Amino acid sequence: MSTIPTPAPQEAATPIVIVGHVDHGKSTLIGRLLYDTDSLPDGRVAQIIESSKKRGLAVEWSFLLDSLQIERDQGVTVDSTRIPFRLGTRQFVIVDAPGHRQFLRNMITGAADAEAAVLVVDANEGAQEQTRRHAMLLRLIGIRHVIVLMNKVDILDYDQKKIEAAERDVTALLHQLEIEPTVFVPASAREGDNMASRSDRMPWYKGPTLTEALAAVPAPSSRADLPLRLPVQDVYRFDTKRIVVGRIERGRIRVGDEIVIGTQGARARIATIESWHTAPQVAAIAGQSVAVTLEPDVIPDRGDFLYPASAAPLRAARIRTRLFWLRQEPLRVGESFRLRLATAEHQVTVAAIDSVVRLEDLTEHPAEEVPPEGFAEITLAVSETMLFDPFVPGTSDGRGVLVDRNQQIVGGAPLIGVAESVAGRNAIHPTGSAVSLWDRARAKGHRGGVFWMTGLPGAGKSTLARGAETRLFSRGIDVSVLDGDTLRAGLCSDLGFSEADRRENVRRAAAVARILAESGQVVIVALISPTIADRELARQIVGEGFHEIFIDTPQATCEQRDPKGLYAAARAGKIEGFTGIDAPYEAPVSPDLRLETANVSSDETAARLAAFIGDEIRPDEAAQRQQS
Amino acid sequence: MDDLDQLEAQSIFILREAYRKLKPLAMLWSLGKDSNVMLWLARKAFLGRVPFPVMHVDTGKKFPEMYQFRDEYTKKWNLELLLGDCPPVEDIDPTLPPAARSAARKTAGLAAMIDKYKLAGVIAGIRRDEQATRAKERVFSPRGAGHKWDVRNQPPEFWDQYATPHEPGMHVRVHPLLSWREIDIWRYVEREGIPLVDLYFAKDGKRYRSLGDQDITSPVESNATTVAEVIAELETSRTSERAGRAMDHESEDAFERLRVAGYL
Repeated sequence: MSTIPTPAPQEAATPIVIVGHVDHGKSTLIGRLLYDTDSLPDGRVAQIIESSKKRGLAVEWSFLLDSLQIERDQGVTVDSTRIPFRLGTRQFVIVDAPGHRQFLRNMITGAADAEAAVLVVDANEGAQEQTRRHAMLLRLIGIRHVIVLMNKVDILDYDQKKIEAAERDVTALLHQLEIEPTVFVPASAREGDNMASRSDRMPWYKGPTLTEALAAVPAPSSRADLPLRLPVQDVYRFDTKRIVVGRIERGRIRVGDEIVIGTQGARARIATIESWHTAPQVAAIAGQSVAVTLEPDVIPDRGDFLYPASAAPLRAARIRTRLFWLRQEPLRVGESFRLRLATAEHQVTVAAIDSVVRLEDLTEHPAEEVPPEGFAEITLAVSETMLFDPFVPGTSDGRGVLVDRNQQIVGGAPLIGVAESVAGRNAIHPTGSAVSLWDRARAKGHRGGVFWMTGLPGAGKSTLARGAETRLFSRGIDVSVLDGDTLRAGLCSDLGFSEADRRENVRRAAAVARILAESGQVVIVALISPTIADRELARQIVGEGFHEIFIDTPQATCEQRDPKGLYAAARAGKIEGFTGIDAPYEAPVSPDLRLETANVSSDETAARLAAFIGDEIRPDEAAQRQQS
Repeated sequence: MDDLDQLEAQSIFILREAYRKLKPLAMLWSLGKDSNVMLWLARKAFLGRVPFPVMHVDTGKKFPEMYQFRDEYTKKWNLELLLGDCPPVEDIDPTLPPAARSAARKTAGLAAMIDKYKLAGVIAGIRRDEQATRAKERVFSPRGAGHKWDVRNQPPEFWDQYATPHEPGMHVRVHPLLSWREIDIWRYVEREGIPLVDLYFAKDGKRYRSLGDQDITSPVESNATTVAEVIAELETSRTSERAGRAMDHESEDAFERLRVAGYL
């Protein structure tokens, strides 16, 4: 029998991320730190010495991390690595994040959960582009404890004045980001100064060494005392029980607690906490993955929050968020994504780019687009009202990711709060017209508006649009038609038929329609606009006065008509991505007007359309609305 | 919550995500300590059940004790076991060093099983601290056609949001133990009383620290005969866990080449 006692329970490891500009010495720092604190297995040290020798180098500590072959040969870190590391009784996990800017997504993968950061700055070179980029990222992911390691001070001959001057520049940069650095440590990772032991070459420095600074990082704060947030991960039916599972993100649950479920607001009680191979549980706290049964036996969906009635999350359909953008192409207003927030997924459209950070000086500016790997504040329009909590450093659920149609994560979004509801609010600041809508309506005898016709190719959109235009014009109504082919011949002649180009086509049509409608015109748009997201985008850009009109013609009829010979060409394989043949058409669920054309003459249908538009643009309501 | 509670909660979260998002799903069961812990965590996640099959990719060269263990616990734990063979070594890339070539048989056997059962997800028990290229892994690691690991183009993964690509021919390797260390595994085995193959405990001054095929795995010097003694030994050990695995040490990049091709 063994006499060795079971080890006492340990604290969870504190993750520390190491960031900084390429070549400022991150990997060397980590290698040296592990060596100095005796944290390496024997085999590893021998391997590093061997590898360094083979490449004709002195002992290269960074090889410890840069263990992939391609990295060794090119001398760069291509991905983040996690290394467990112990100081006294405390466990850390060191995350090494690469400095090359095209690898931002690897860096965020490593850094996103860190409790504290070491920002490595070459004291000789000062802050560089990636220093600023990484500092910005630390701010966005809410890391509060930032240790700045002024590296390579041996090159400055350990000179107090020079080192402190470099520190002042970095302090100014961090203050711009509202980051208060915890401490500056002047050090040389290669030489070992102020790493694990105090350097005698800088007697003027009285602050902590790097290891002392790490040991002083506070333990992660508990989320257990916040109001309950339990996002439902799944619902199982085992035997006769329905079991709701998920991880508690904030707060605690106890058997008997009353909770509210999701946006629908059903109430229930925690009946039991289920578990296997544990003592019976009556309570659980933030961080635990739990399984509960509810009384009454309501069925929540994945993504629903369970929360206390006394402390509900915010509820909104427009949300302001910070954003770090990971895609290699810019982000523009009107793009649609899935927002994944804890276990929920919401359909969102970028309604506005409120500001974009200029990385040269970290100032915020209005902009048309978020550049690749850029930082911004944006407004998201959600397809339906959602529940959320604004992100607070130290919590994990108020931050989402944007996912594209290929299920790729393209951005991180720590939520700020509810966006004020101004239709079409854009990053640009439009000059307001001195002529009011009411003035225009009174002068013209009708209001402006946008009538957005969607339907399959050959459904009859253009024909009906022109028919209605003639009828309305003859009644003195200021009306115009934006039709797909006309737009593509001019305004959109630079666009092709890729998904992104089609969406841009929709965006431009909607933007032009909005300008015309604001000047009091009636605009009929005839555009296939095949997806619900396309039309949602148009609705958001146009704002008030948008009407969706579905030209509901069976595909067989469209194909039979085939006025432009396009179906025949698509069937012959001469056109790819043709809506209705090899690209989907998503019919509107509840359009403002549905026109079936199969068994009705186009004259009759155009008359119905004109009548509908005539009703919608009557000035009396507009005038009342303006005056009130 | 102590550190083991936190690791357990995280692994349960990952297993439940995999079960929700990847169908069909299966778990690799190598019969080693890590995959037994993983199986145990699955039973915690699904309240005593394992709601997907477990797969043993059999090289035919495991220790007899391992086969006995497999048969005993398949019954005891009520597991749906899928067995797969590996092709003979002659069929494997001859440019690989000998032990790596032998290990690559398992890659080929696994690939055949994934194709046979059209798996969208495969749960595997690798850990970051085992080996440096494993340290770069994602929790959800998408594999393209041909099961290749695209090291240079891994998806971003943060805030517990995992990539779930769904193109035909792709699958996702799910790694619920990625953040565990060797000593965590042993402390959890101790806390939960998880059964292990006897080969992990010392006989005549030697024990196996890591179990692979008989011909390419060697034991280490040890007197640890209980879980507690193994833990005590590890707390002072300075050699790496896979020191007894021949294919890791043949050439600098042998293991990386294995992994890019789909090895675990």
